[in-house]
Amino acid sequence: MLASLPILSVLIWLPIFGGLLVIPAGKVSVHAVRWLALFIALATFLASIALLGGFDAQQHAMQFREYVPWIRAFDVYYSLGVDGISIPLILLTTVITVLVVIAGWGIVPGRIAEYFASFLILEGLMIGVFCALDAILFYIFFEGMLIPMFLIIGIWGGPRRVYATVKFFLYTFFGSIFLLVALVYLYLQANTFEIAQLQQFHLSAREQYLIFLAFLIAFAVKIPMWPVHTWLPDAHVEAPTGGSVVLAAIMLKVGGYGFLRFSIPITSYASEQLAGVIIAVSLVAIVYIGLVALAQRDMKKLIAYSSIAHMGFVTLGFFVIFALFAKAGSSAELAMQGGMVQMISHGFISGAMFLCVGVLYDRMHSRQIADYGGVVNSMPVFAVFFVIFAMANVGLPGTSGFVGEFMVILASFNANVWYAFLAALTLVLGAAYTLWMIKRVVFGAPGNEQVAALTDLNRREFFCLLVLTLLVLWLGLWPAPLIEIMDASVVHLLHQAQLTNLR
Amino acid sequence: MDSLNSDVLLALPEIALLAATSAVLLISLYAGRASEALAYWLSLAALAITAVLVDFTSMQPELFAFGEMYINDPLAVAIKLFACLTVATVFIYARPYLRQREHARAEFYILGLFATLGTLVMASAHNFVLVYLGLELLSLCLYALVVFERDSSDASEAAIKYFVLGAIASGMLLYGMSILYGLTGSLDLAEIHAYLGNRGTDSVALVFALAFIVVGLAFKFGAVPFHMWMPDVYQGAPTAITLFIATMPKLAAFVMAIRLLSNGLQELLTDWQQMLIILTVLSVVFGNVIAIAQSNIKRMLAYSAISHIGFILLGILSGSAFGYAAALFYTVIYVLMAAGTFGVLSLLAQPGRDLDRLVDLKGLGSYNPWFALIMLLLMFSMAGVPLTVGFYAKLYILQSLIHDGMLWLAILAILMSVVGAFYYLRVVKYMYFDDADEQFRLQRSPLAHTVLSVNGLLVVALFIFPNALLNYCMQVLN
Repeated sequence: MLASLPILSVLIWLPIFGGLLVIPAGKVSVHAVRWLALFIALATFLASIALLGGFDAQQHAMQFREYVPWIRAFDVYYSLGVDGISIPLILLTTVITVLVVIAGWGIVPGRIAEYFASFLILEGLMIGVFCALDAILFYIFFEGMLIPMFLIIGIWGGPRRVYATVKFFLYTFFGSIFLLVALVYLYLQANTFEIAQLQQFHLSAREQYLIFLAFLIAFAVKIPMWPVHTWLPDAHVEAPTGGSVVLAAIMLKVGGYGFLRFSIPITSYASEQLAGVIIAVSLVAIVYIGLVALAQRDMKKLIAYSSIAHMGFVTLGFFVIFALFAKAGSSAELAMQGGMVQMISHGFISGAMFLCVGVLYDRMHSRQIADYGGVVNSMPVFAVFFVIFAMANVGLPGTSGFVGEFMVILASFNANVWYAFLAALTLVLGAAYTLWMIKRVVFGAPGNEQVAALTDLNRREFFCLLVLTLLVLWLGLWPAPLIEIMDASVVHLLHQAQLTNLR
Repeated sequence: MDSLNSDVLLALPEIALLAATSAVLLISLYAGRASEALAYWLSLAALAITAVLVDFTSMQPELFAFGEMYINDPLAVAIKLFACLTVATVFIYARPYLRQREHARAEFYILGLFATLGTLVMASAHNFVLVYLGLELLSLCLYALVVFERDSSDASEAAIKYFVLGAIASGMLLYGMSILYGLTGSLDLAEIHAYLGNRGTDSVALVFALAFIVVGLAFKFGAVPFHMWMPDVYQGAPTAITLFIATMPKLAAFVMAIRLLSNGLQELLTDWQQMLIILTVLSVVFGNVIAIAQSNIKRMLAYSAISHIGFILLGILSGSAFGYAAALFYTVIYVLMAAGTFGVLSLLAQPGRDLDRLVDLKGLGSYNPWFALIMLLLMFSMAGVPLTVGFYAKLYILQSLIHDGMLWLAILAILMSVVGAFYYLRVVKYMYFDDADEQFRLQRSPLAHTVLSVNGLLVVALFIFPNALLNYCMQVLN
């Protein structure tokens, strides 16, 4: 029975319609809203587990295809499918949404139905991004995500929420405009919006450069890369906890996913030629943003900057492959897998870190590091979790943070020793800013009376952080399942990246 | 005799509307206190009958009447149907507002119907004289409507500006037409087209005439730099009247542009293309940038309308059926969005006080969540964000531009739509992120509420099921 069900459509539309259903439930009672939202999030999660169960990791081809004509005038198809690259991201989305719903259980003041509805609709749209095989369909989900996120930050955010959310919206909207122009241009050349066919289409060198740049603007803003990252710290600081978690854990990955789906296969020649630039910018992000993070006084801002630095690893891993094709061995594969693992692992770690800050913020209503100190005295259980996630953020072996970074550094070493050297600096810088924050927030004598009076985690918070801890440790100790799932697709993608597709 | 019969049959919608309007006029004169209600319901009935007749007399591919002055083709049918539908919607939205203000006089509906008649005539005009007649019938009704609230000095000022500038524009148009008549010896669009095809277009006088015609058109559209009247009229007129002016006349302007530029002067494409490029660039840039600085929402929407008109002209300037279809689609979608937006504003007006400052929208999301949501959808649609049909409108125009190799225009236009997104987002910000200073109670009218809800949800429904409308626009301009 499961096989006949259009499972990808279920994954997309269940949370969207569920979200719309949650709004009228708000008239009934707060309890109804919470349980309904949790039920929908869990149902979606189970559907994604079923998806994983039916997935054949041996093939690189798209699976669970759905293909229905949608807009005939524009040749747009409702075309869905998943491969080894999108499956982990979909699972990440469903897991994180369940946790966000649980975490939002008691903390949202007012308009609780709309809050859960926004997150559920956002979930559907994000899954849509990872499933869409039609370029316009992808673009629709890619842009559509902005609307719920805009409202989440704007309605439930902090004091400067309006500035932050408008900046977030306009920045991303601006970036994606170029994506749209490039896609329409490609359509008029290739007569199709089907991504798989665009990937095989041959373009002239000049066209490749321009289209690559258009893609780059869109995805660089989204992921975000230095120097178009400035919206991220603002958005993170002002967003409510759930918004920060989703933003860091999933939405940033959409940018990385875009590089893999669009930039590298469609404009492989330009990607190869310009890989040096991307690598340089990634290294700037890793080193410079690491230093910037060191100077932050606001915990959320610090984690936001650390996210940018970690995303630098992702882009480094994706684009260093072009320098590795000439080398013997499979280091190109290692680099790309490293980038992918880094995306998933960062999803868990940054989500967890923002949840931790949310736990503190709910109690103290401050995100300033200076307002804390000695939290371990009053919240010992919380401190354990926070330290574990901090270690993962640093990249301690045994946590998921280590795996991705290590793979990318190892591979870059083959390309150029200096790449590896600069990238490895993050181990120092990351340790410095994360552990210093931990020292100032968690350890020492209680900073003030308020801190001394803090209550430890409740069961709900404990559950969320426990799940994330297990995931972080699991990926850190035994990443093989994840790598196996994406292996065939990564190999195929590397093969595509080696074809120049020049006309 | 036979030919006269078929001529009359073909023009039945216009004849019926004229007869019905005259009847409404007479009935309302003698109906006393019931005149307003009677005029309202009879007008809706007249529009419905006209729409049915339009559909009934629709011809494939085209038929001429009255010595080729009158054309009945799919484009004319489409514009007439959309016009009737729009005007009916506008009447429904406007009535509670007018009753509340004690402007509830039958004249509103009568003038509205005459304006509709003007649009219908323009849609079917195949001769310069008929284009001009339709245009004047429409324009004169609009001037009178602006000053409908006769005690208001703002409205009078707006009406005077509108009238004076509109008269100049009509003069320009007429002057251009007369030069063309002097050159070609004909006022018939097909004959002019044939003349230009045979004799070539290499004449300064032709371009001279064309320039006047384009200026006249640009004025009626409200394209920069002929947009001066728009902000004042939108702001000065009572909201219900702005609602009328912001919607149906856009359809008329579109069909006038197609009739004149495409049916008549297609041979001069390269010339008018250049002129339209200047107009569109200015409209899209100035409209969007100046709208940011507005604190009055009606004025902001006027500048937003200017930028949308820039997009419509971007479709027209490609000079291909594809581009015209894109422009028609954009026009229809714009009219849909503008009707909804002004409908919300008009229904939220209080006795003696319009909702016209942006800050008046504060907190709408908390005290009237449903219509705030409708407004939210309309705003995102105007900004062209996916999940709303406004995205397709922009995408269609973008495709036609890139198709014709005008990549830089496409990029400029779409960059400016990012600028535009800012002020639409600000409306959302006031509605959802701020707390209410005062609450604007919605006027009671179940019919208007229902239609408005449908109008807002259509923005999403058409996003999910766009095929019918897209295909229809394509067929109309095959």
